[in-house]
Amino acid sequence: MIKFVLMVNQQGQTRLSRYYEPVELSRRAALEAAVVRCCLSRNKEQCSFVEYKDFRLVYRQYAALYVVMGVTHSENELSIYELIQNFVEVLDKYFSRVSELDIMFNLDSVHIILDEMIQNGHVVETNKSRVLAPLTAINKMVDG
Amino acid sequence: MSDVMEKTLTALPSLLSLDSQPGSAKLSANSKLGNLIRGITELTSKHEEEKLIQRELSSIKEQVSSPNTTMRQMKELMVRTIYCEMLGYEASFSYIHAIKLAQQGNVLEKRVGYLAVSLFLNESHELLLLLVNTVLKDLQSTNLIEVCMALTVVSQMFPKDMIPAILPLVEEKLSHSKEIIRRKAVLALYKFYLIAPNQVQHIHNKFRKALCDKDPGVMSASLHIYLQLIQENPEGYKDLTMSFVTILKQVVMGKLPMDFNYHCVPAPWLQIHLLRILSLLGKNDQSMSEIMYEILDESLQRAEMNHNITYAILYECVKCIYTIHPKPDLLEKAAKCIGSFVLSPRINLKYLGLKALTYVVQQDPKLVLQHQMTIIECLDHPDLIIKRETLELLFRITNAQNVTVIVEKMLDFLQVSEDNHTTIDLVGKVAELAEKYAPDNEWFIETMNTVFSVGGDVMQPDIPNSFLKLLLEGFDSVEEDKKLRLFAVNSYVSLLQGEPSRLPQRFLQVICWVLGEYAHLNEDVEPDAVLRLLAKLLDMKSSTSETKSWVLIAMTKLCSGGAAFSVAHEVSETYGSSMDTMLRQRAQELQHLSQDSALQSRVFPRSGSQEPVEVDSSLSFLDGFVSEALAAGAAPYKPPHQRQEEMSRSKVLSLEPYGLSLPISMSSCSVTDRQSPTLLSMSSSLSGDSAELSHKASSTTLKLDGVTRVWGREGYLVQREPVQEAAQVEAPSPLRSPRQQGDEDSPHSQTPTPTPTPESEQEKQQLASSLFVGLASPSSVSLMGKSEQTSQRFRRKARIQDKPPTSGEQINNLPPGGAADLLLDSNVSSELVSSLEQTHRNSLDLTANGACDAELPDGDVKEIKTPLSTDDSVLAAGLSPHEGPDRPKDLCLTSYLPAELSGLSHSEITLLCTNQSLDLSACHVQKEDCVELVVFIKNSSDSAAHQLQMQISCEEIEVSCVCDSPVEELKSHSVTVCQYFLTVKRPSVCFDLVGMVYYQLAAGSLQTAQFLYKLPLTSFIRPLAVSTEEYGTMWLAFSHDTKQNLPLMKDEREPLTATLNLLKTKLQLHVVEIIGEEGIVACCLRPDQQCLLHCRMHAGMLAAWLRSPVPDLPDSLLYHCQRALQER
Repeated sequence: MIKFVLMVNQQGQTRLSRYYEPVELSRRAALEAAVVRCCLSRNKEQCSFVEYKDFRLVYRQYAALYVVMGVTHSENELSIYELIQNFVEVLDKYFSRVSELDIMFNLDSVHIILDEMIQNGHVVETNKSRVLAPLTAINKMVDG
Repeated sequence: MSDVMEKTLTALPSLLSLDSQPGSAKLSANSKLGNLIRGITELTSKHEEEKLIQRELSSIKEQVSSPNTTMRQMKELMVRTIYCEMLGYEASFSYIHAIKLAQQGNVLEKRVGYLAVSLFLNESHELLLLLVNTVLKDLQSTNLIEVCMALTVVSQMFPKDMIPAILPLVEEKLSHSKEIIRRKAVLALYKFYLIAPNQVQHIHNKFRKALCDKDPGVMSASLHIYLQLIQENPEGYKDLTMSFVTILKQVVMGKLPMDFNYHCVPAPWLQIHLLRILSLLGKNDQSMSEIMYEILDESLQRAEMNHNITYAILYECVKCIYTIHPKPDLLEKAAKCIGSFVLSPRINLKYLGLKALTYVVQQDPKLVLQHQMTIIECLDHPDLIIKRETLELLFRITNAQNVTVIVEKMLDFLQVSEDNHTTIDLVGKVAELAEKYAPDNEWFIETMNTVFSVGGDVMQPDIPNSFLKLLLEGFDSVEEDKKLRLFAVNSYVSLLQGEPSRLPQRFLQVICWVLGEYAHLNEDVEPDAVLRLLAKLLDMKSSTSETKSWVLIAMTKLCSGGAAFSVAHEVSETYGSSMDTMLRQRAQELQHLSQDSALQSRVFPRSGSQEPVEVDSSLSFLDGFVSEALAAGAAPYKPPHQRQEEMSRSKVLSLEPYGLSLPISMSSCSVTDRQSPTLLSMSSSLSGDSAELSHKASSTTLKLDGVTRVWGREGYLVQREPVQEAAQVEAPSPLRSPRQQGDEDSPHSQTPTPTPTPESEQEKQQLASSLFVGLASPSSVSLMGKSEQTSQRFRRKARIQDKPPTSGEQINNLPPGGAADLLLDSNVSSELVSSLEQTHRNSLDLTANGACDAELPDGDVKEIKTPLSTDDSVLAAGLSPHEGPDRPKDLCLTSYLPAELSGLSHSEITLLCTNQSLDLSACHVQKEDCVELVVFIKNSSDSAAHQLQMQISCEEIEVSCVCDSPVEELKSHSVTVCQYFLTVKRPSVCFDLVGMVYYQLAAGSLQTAQFLYKLPLTSFIRPLAVSTEEYGTMWLAFSHDTKQNLPLMKDEREPLTATLNLLKTKLQLHVVEIIGEEGIVACCLRPDQQCLLHCRMHAGMLAAWLRSPVPDLPDSLLYHCQRALQER
């Protein structure tokens, strides 16, 4: 099961966070800071999976941006690692060449996309065009 | 969407940081969100950020509450609020506006409103109720996008109690023409299943339709539900195995549309999902596994492409192959696959390979041998996670021969790890291994010393507890026990002579206890020298008052001699006036006992650990005091959980007029309270109901004993191997050269330090031989001339309660001392230990949960189902392997039914358990006011059985015996009958009664037989005759309720009457009145455990609303109503 999805940059600023298990607002900042520290301390040769508390972090770095997912031990880390790539590819398709700025200024759209892919900590859709269908439909209605 | 912004961004190079962007200034000028983000990015301190956000939030607050704010602006504000909350600043004022936005906005605004709601609120937030209407409206909208959004939010969060309001609408969407709507409806139902499983029970066949949907998306959505269902009950879905295999086959063959591919791999996450389902279905089931072999083989072959995602699928495939019934050639391929993972230079793959190996070694430990060198390399890997995973693997393959090396590696890791979670986990594992496989006293004590110093105050409290218990109870030989204790004493004395201030408090407490109990074993050390060492601890600044009181207790035990008097006197002077009442108490005890050596030796007998001390757990000596207090007008004592329950009940009542969700949540909290009473409350309860006491405590005991320990389970071993021999057992290893073998005999050669010399390779090999020793095939084990068991050193004494039944029937042979002694003995030890820490390790319980747990292996799931499907006829899950095809016809037992019961109807008499001497059968009789359980004990042996005594217990049921005295003698081939009244304490769908019979065959040997009897709730249901008026007043007074739609017998002329009559006959309910489309029904378990049912015909369904004063009763009854109606 996926516990949370985070997008954080190298400066430690959170760009997106989504929790699938209730975590108090006051505890999130500390958790996110610790997660970033964990990921930043690692180099390219090291494993993309890190043990953190009683769960595992799976992370992937895109330029200055880290996408991190917290998962339970029973999860298949490599499939999550590729899920992150799939998520970024979907964003890339939607924003045509996604950048950190897109994510910052279109926080709502990124969340809507993520909601199509992951629900209750489970992967519910990975087909790119289907993930984007609801959002593009909304955009069309607003524009047209 | 702001077009300008998007176009600007598109022109930017991918993923560059903000500062270097020329366009960013322009961007942020355009939007307030941009301003906010830019503002935050430019800040340098946390303090400034806080100021900025607070300013931002107050400006947002002002705007959202202004009536002039348009929905478009509101959407913008919401995104800004989401941003602020993401940074950790609460904006609860905006929650209600998010709901408003979802209600009133146009599509995009509405979506953002829903998004904000799902981000801001948790599932139990009360504002969520306000969302129900909006969702309801959107579900009925003609705009598909709105329907879609509503379904999305429903599948993320929805108030449990409002599910019936939207369930019909969601169900309807299952047959919508658009795939996306169908898919989202399935996901919404999945969510309902997660939060309220019985609400969607009636639509299981619709899930099947979704599984067969022509659209792959809808089908894969339904897999979420199936994975969940199959996890809970694999037996129920075996018929679908073929379907899952076919689906997987089609996916693997590439039959799905191209857009489901990810990097040319067809729907990888779907494949993983299916493989997980298959492994659940094929586990322990050969015929199901055979269906899967072909497709698993195919999957292994197809996944040749060199891409991460194919490896992820392979990993899942390998796990599946090793979970289901084994097939040699598949296993071989899977093993090869793991090999390529482990050997891969790519670190992520190596990690996954180790993880797979860790999983697989449980089935096939030999596989490790192929990869020993890789594993050794991984042990020294610079990446901690690889090291950690390797240790996990080694933990699984530890045996008596490699334990020293593996534990050493673990302790090495502990020295470098800084993470608390890792420390707790590893320390626990080391302690477990040390207890299981310790080669000798010295090693055991030293390892435990390290455990205590490293684990310190973060480790699980049961580690020191079980360590002390181990020392206290000892093992097979008195001599060995003494040696172990003596070694511990010596080791601790030298530790205290060093720098005790560096030791963790928990360790000091252990040391105090051991010195207090066993310091006298070492005759070279003067008691007052030990006392002085202990006194030093009192002066240490770092000692907590808890530790100090341990020190004082230890001193009290030691200060018998006259020489020690001065130290004791001094200390008790100092602490006799301490502010801490506990310390003062201990100091007083010390003072008095040190002056009165006769009293001292009575309180702390030297050889005390072996002698039984009777503990009056019911505190009956206080009865006089209590009755005086009661006579003087004091309120009778109520245990905390009862008080809490009453409080919550009164709360529930006051909330009743508004209560939608509250009663249920209250009831669930009171239930959990009841399950976890503290030991304190139990022992101080006046009633002193010892059956209940042991029963409740057992649940805590069980948790502590989660890990199977090796001793104690097997009982006595006939002979013990000498210790030294066991430690030096050598296993033939392919990598061992004669020279190394020579090395190995010196005790410390097994600690390699990796150096980049040519010798390092040899050292690795040597390490390998010491790590993987004892893992080779059984034949090589026998070559060594001893089995693993004999070399296990620390086995606890066989104790009656330590023995869960290993097979169906259970006969325990107790040593001649008899059960009583052992019982008392264990009682004492547990009393001591549990007073050390507040771990309630009450070993008194013999009957209830320990047995219960062990009694229900995977295979029994089927049996749980049966009693329900056969309605009221009880199926006793027999424990004996003989039961089954050749179940003896025990009809003749009917004649033994007590006379007063013979007129009443009774269930079929079922054989519960047989062993060489006894046959146990039982049936239950439904009486007017209760259910009576009749157990028939037949002595099938040729000798008489004596002192038969039966104990029956069940967590949810109160069992009272009609006649409680033991049967003195049961002659050969005769039958005796025990009767029990059963009344429900806490309703449940089905009850498990666990019973145990103690008896003696020949002189002195106590034997036991154990059984399990299952009863459905329906046996307890009685009609409740009330008038409509009475019903009305009761309805208002009851606080626990549940609602659900039930199937209606539509084909009848009067569907409502027909349905209610069916319920009446099947479940013995009383139909109070039927008016038009509504009907009211009543029943009870006991006169004070009523349940009312209000039924209304609605849209072709029977809308049932159940209420009761008893928590759980509505839910359990609803379940049976549903069953009854489905089966008609």
